[in-house]
Amino acid sequence: MADFDIPEIKEYTPVPDIKEGVMAHSKPYVAKPDFQEPLGYPGELVENWEQKALDKLDDLRGKYRSLQVFLDSCVKCGACTDKCHYFLGTADPKNMPVARQDLLRKVYRRYFTFAGKYFPKLVGAVDLTKDVLDEWYSYYHQCSQCRRCSVFCPYGIDTAEISMAAREIMDSIGLGQKYCNEILVKVGKIGNNLGLPGPALVDTMEGLEEEVEEDIGVKVAYPVDQEGADILLITPSADFFAEPHVDGLIGYGKVFHEAGLTWTVSSKASEAANFGMFIGSYENMQSLAMRIREAAIELKVKRIVFGECGHAWRVAYSFLNTLAGPFDFLDPNYPVPQHILEITKDLIDKGKLKFDKSENDHMTLTFHDSCNVARATRIGDEPGSQFTTPREVIKAVCNNYHDMEDGTIHDETFCCGGGGGLLTDDLMEIRVKGALPRATALKNVTKNHGVTHLAAICAICKSQFTKTLPYYGFTMDQVVSVHQLVSNAIILTGQETE
Amino acid sequence: MSAIGVLYALLFYTAFLVLIIGVGKKIYQYATVPAPLKIAVTPAPKTKAGVVLRLTKEVVFFASLFRSNKWTWIFGWLFHFCLLLVLLRHLRYFTDPVWFWVDLIQPFGKYAAFGMVAGLAGLWVRRLLVDRVRYITSLSDHLMLALLMGIAITGLGMKYVLHTDIILLKEFAQGLLYFDSSAWKVLPADPFLLLHLTLVIVLMFIFPISKLLHVPGLFFSPTRNQVDNPREKRHISPWATELEAEKNKMQAS
Ligand code: HEM
Ligand code: HEM
Ligand code: SF4
Ligand code: SF4
Repeated sequence: MADFDIPEIKEYTPVPDIKEGVMAHSKPYVAKPDFQEPLGYPGELVENWEQKALDKLDDLRGKYRSLQVFLDSCVKCGACTDKCHYFLGTADPKNMPVARQDLLRKVYRRYFTFAGKYFPKLVGAVDLTKDVLDEWYSYYHQCSQCRRCSVFCPYGIDTAEISMAAREIMDSIGLGQKYCNEILVKVGKIGNNLGLPGPALVDTMEGLEEEVEEDIGVKVAYPVDQEGADILLITPSADFFAEPHVDGLIGYGKVFHEAGLTWTVSSKASEAANFGMFIGSYENMQSLAMRIREAAIELKVKRIVFGECGHAWRVAYSFLNTLAGPFDFLDPNYPVPQHILEITKDLIDKGKLKFDKSENDHMTLTFHDSCNVARATRIGDEPGSQFTTPREVIKAVCNNYHDMEDGTIHDETFCCGGGGGLLTDDLMEIRVKGALPRATALKNVTKNHGVTHLAAICAICKSQFTKTLPYYGFTMDQVVSVHQLVSNAIILTGQETE
Repeated sequence: MSAIGVLYALLFYTAFLVLIIGVGKKIYQYATVPAPLKIAVTPAPKTKAGVVLRLTKEVVFFASLFRSNKWTWIFGWLFHFCLLLVLLRHLRYFTDPVWFWVDLIQPFGKYAAFGMVAGLAGLWVRRLLVDRVRYITSLSDHLMLALLMGIAITGLGMKYVLHTDIILLKEFAQGLLYFDSSAWKVLPADPFLLLHLTLVIVLMFIFPISKLLHVPGLFFSPTRNQVDNPREKRHISPWATELEAEKNKMQAS
């Protein structure tokens, strides 16, 4: 099935002995000039890249307090060393968060600190050479920016911030990653990651309308570019056609319908994902975020709601107001933006939705906390609502639910292994290996509590799981969207029930 | 032995200046480099008071470390707590009359040095034995432990093996504090004391250029010190504001 060894699932995920260099060969394809230049980066590795890279590093540490503080503060306590799923899955020591940071830190020390300038050997500082750059390219693309390490670090050092800075440095000298940059260019041109143009989007949504009407006999609208709707829905483009994502989109539509809310997607901003974050680029992240603002103004909506997507929700919840605010033209009675689960949960609490939970009785569910949702956002008013809201919604529509074990959920959740711009076939090995801790926890809850399905609220997680869980003996259809469960159980007014 | 006393006095002043200016500059840097985005690791507090509580838990209990690794936590916390006691105990050389609460902690403080040594030893053993920690260790990490261990052992040496003249030392310390150069000369030239002070001076020199920057760093870490309110309050850095203004200008023209 694969040209690499698939790790064996044990009863728990053991901390492996280190094996140096075993993942040094893992490298994603390099971006062609066509996918560099439109983003404002040189087409290929520039001549004096060493100096350019150092200048960029200097620039970034003057712009991001996180980078400067994190580069200085690590005491090498080792607390983070066994926290990264990529280390647990590969045993390569450079996948230990602190060692990943050190790839950049040793260069920072060499050129920007007293100790590194005058006593490089003592503090492990090194010159920036081609070998170092190769290591950056390899290992900064083995980090899904999931922030699990940051939870456990006594100073909150977030390796994601270091990876983002490193990728921004590499982009700025002409060494970009194909997958992320190609997608960014596509969104800029067409409006979404998949390159789905406006007319195709209208077709797809009409198809959904027909499908739902056939299925339950109620005409539920799935509108595109409808001016004056209450809500602009921004959702990951995978929701428009891929399984199980699309079943989630069907669910959002049913919830809006039953609540009497009018809504629309926009063909201009038909993508929730914002890969600008993955490459650490404020500018690119901002220009994508601005599309959402423009679409909201053009369509004269009152609220912005995001569909199920992890990193998109981070960019939306934490950054949108910064990047594209202020949103004073929207209805001030609602937070901007809102998560679809906030809407559904609120309607459930108010008793406005009717469910037949038995529709989901053929499944026993567990929930995967997506890293970006768990460690960078809320879904509700209270800290921790990002854990409770999805679980409460699942329990409101399903009879059978069981959590995976402590230490693998909530803010200690394990990444699916495909986040941070790694969801590409050229990184299959690291993706499969990185999924080991999650697959192990899932296996346990399957064995001990009869769980049959894994629910997730992130397009990347869902895609990654459907692709990698089969390596561990699961099947693709064991992965479901949360709003797919809602969709199964909801009874719309006027719906034909047997 | 007057020359040695004067030499140490001058070294102390220099080291003190390096420490204060060095750490001061770092703090200034941390405070002025903007944090352009909200990156608090959630669940995070929604208020400033909540942030103070979160940081207090980190500083006093090493709360995150407690979650990650119990051994490192035990040794690390023991070392730091005992270091604090030892430092407070040292105030008796610099206060006259000795502040009453400094006297009050003496009964526990006396044993703190042993805790410090035990903590440092535990951390060092981890560094040598756990393959992951050994991998990330560079020479400077060993030297830092050696330095602190050296300070503690020479201190213990004075206390239990070769006593020094505490009365004279206190006079020297007061002389440093009040710039009384006549008192500098009285520094007792005992081997343990001179070694102790040399190592302490080295510690002061390297503080601003080493990983000891974790002390100010902790308070400036955006993942820990930010309030979780990005939807309620627009957070924007000066350089991002400029960037926006430029873009708007370009669009307008
Ligand atoms: C606000 C005060 C401080 C806090 C909250 C703090 C916190 C920490 C934490 C959480 C660690 C990691 C765990 C460990 O290895 O112990 C650590 C390590 C360390 N701290 Fe501190 N610290 C503080 C002050 C100091 C001071 C004043 C010194 C020395 C003069 C110091 C020296 C060290 C050293 C050497 C290590 C690394 C130990 C090793 O090599 O394993 N710390 N500190
Ligand atoms: C101005 C600087 C300092 C002076 C003048 C000084 C002086 C002394 C003296 C005279 C003793 C012997 C106490 C006795 O006989 O009972 C001692 C002990 C000790 N010192 Fe220092 N010291 C200084 C700084 C430090 C620092 C910065 C540390 C820690 C990093 C430290 C750690 C210790 C320890 C662990 C002991 C042994 C136990 C104890 O008496 O608490 N000293 N010091
Ligand atoms: S952010 Fe996640 S993937 Fe990256 S080093 Fe930390 S734990 Fe590993
Ligand atoms: S937990 Fe934090 S301080 Fe400790 S080694 Fe990892 S990054 Fe460094």
